[in-house]
Amino acid sequence: MTKLSRPWTAFAFLAALAVVTAGLVPTWMAVHAQDDQTEKEVERYRQMLKDDPWSNPGNLWVDRGEALWDRARGPKNASLAQCDLGLGPGKVDGAYAQLPRYFADADRVMDLEARLVWCMDKLQGFDPKTLAKTAFSNRDRSSDLEALTAFVANRSNGMKFSLRLEHAKEKEAYAVGEALFYRRQGPMDFGCVTCHADDGKRIRLQQLPYFGDTKSAQEVVATWPAYRVSQETVRTMQHRMFDCYWQMRLPELDYGSDVSVALITYLTKRGEGGEINAPSLKR
Amino acid sequence: MTSLRNAVLIAAAAAMATPALAQTASPPPDLVDRYMSESWKSATPEWRGRLAQDQTMKDCSTYRNNPPAAVHDAIIAREKATIQYPADGKLLGDWKKGEASARDGYGLRFTDKDTARANGGNCYACHQLDPKEITFGTVGPSLVHYGKNRNYSTDDAKLAYERIFNPQSVFACSHMPRFGHNKFLTVDQIKDVLAYLMDPASPVNK
Repeated sequence: MTKLSRPWTAFAFLAALAVVTAGLVPTWMAVHAQDDQTEKEVERYRQMLKDDPWSNPGNLWVDRGEALWDRARGPKNASLAQCDLGLGPGKVDGAYAQLPRYFADADRVMDLEARLVWCMDKLQGFDPKTLAKTAFSNRDRSSDLEALTAFVANRSNGMKFSLRLEHAKEKEAYAVGEALFYRRQGPMDFGCVTCHADDGKRIRLQQLPYFGDTKSAQEVVATWPAYRVSQETVRTMQHRMFDCYWQMRLPELDYGSDVSVALITYLTKRGEGGEINAPSLKR
Repeated sequence: MTSLRNAVLIAAAAAMATPALAQTASPPPDLVDRYMSESWKSATPEWRGRLAQDQTMKDCSTYRNNPPAAVHDAIIAREKATIQYPADGKLLGDWKKGEASARDGYGLRFTDKDTARANGGNCYACHQLDPKEITFGTVGPSLVHYGKNRNYSTDDAKLAYERIFNPQSVFACSHMPRFGHNKFLTVDQIKDVLAYLMDPASPVNK
């Protein structure tokens, strides 16, 4: 278990930040209203975290995820101890650094979150459709998948992303992910490329990750999942894809869908070599 | 155009950075469409309609916003033909309404449930306009003093109208939404936004 030596100073700080943010954004989804002051405060907080890493509230999600992993749950009353994340049943350390990858039992490429749903379905007997529908927490409901994702990702901290992309379906996921990055659609003609294919650009005051640059891509992919100050919860890479398509005016992207996994495969490969630091802290 | 040059640089950088992947052929469009079709199963048929692409979207996707000359010219010709001008012949509306629209990002997201509320142009997400406004994006060029720099000319107002109604009638595969063609903004809303750019009284020109 991780130790939280001074969580309450962290919460006091974050509560103050949340008040600043809440004044701007009435719902968790409306986080795109920009506030330069908030970003500065978050940056100050990041500096504080370097002195005291355990004050990141995301560690609470890591702890809860670890407890969920070990506990016998679901209709089959089983733990996730036999869940194979790619390195063999029950092997968690370093698994995230090699995802997404092809899984023969499912005969598809999966990212961490799609794989967790698979394990919770097959091992514990949870309904995958219900899991997908409730994957993102909101003000009324927490999410086990956010906690489990934070836990597994955290166990690759300090390691570097490395995807093998040997299987034909892994190569297909990468190629389709790249095409999806450039695909334009919807009533505003947007694609990922609209915001993320030029260096040093921003939307209002929000700096945009630039995937043409390896270092920028590494920094982005290695810092999800993240504790989102404006949303007061840990958000995952699946949520990032969902949120981008929301902004692109597309309907709600299915959790763990082929499009999400293909894009995450492409983006993670672009950011290969990035040292994982999860959960990080983001605005 | 910088964005086009950057697109070429990105493609070149990608090829250099990942030689093992450079041989990965672009997937056939129908494979990409199949991925799309399988990934929004929970959406209603009406919403799923947004997954489809028109020919210009397809071309810009295929060529990564950097189409070869013939495709480039075909896009401009096709998009020019879509432009509808105000029925009353007047291009400039109310700059104050245009300013409100320029600051408003509301519209057509799946959380935007109030159908009575107008969509916002959200110009500030990507452009600088009023020099006193400090929160502006940089995806598009600065439009500070847009009208003033053009001596408030009627010809330039018409060009600007066309660029808002359908930017791809001038710049093939522009990042900017085809606001009029896609019916994201009405003709009257475009006139208001145009007035924000071109009216001498607008703060954009102060």
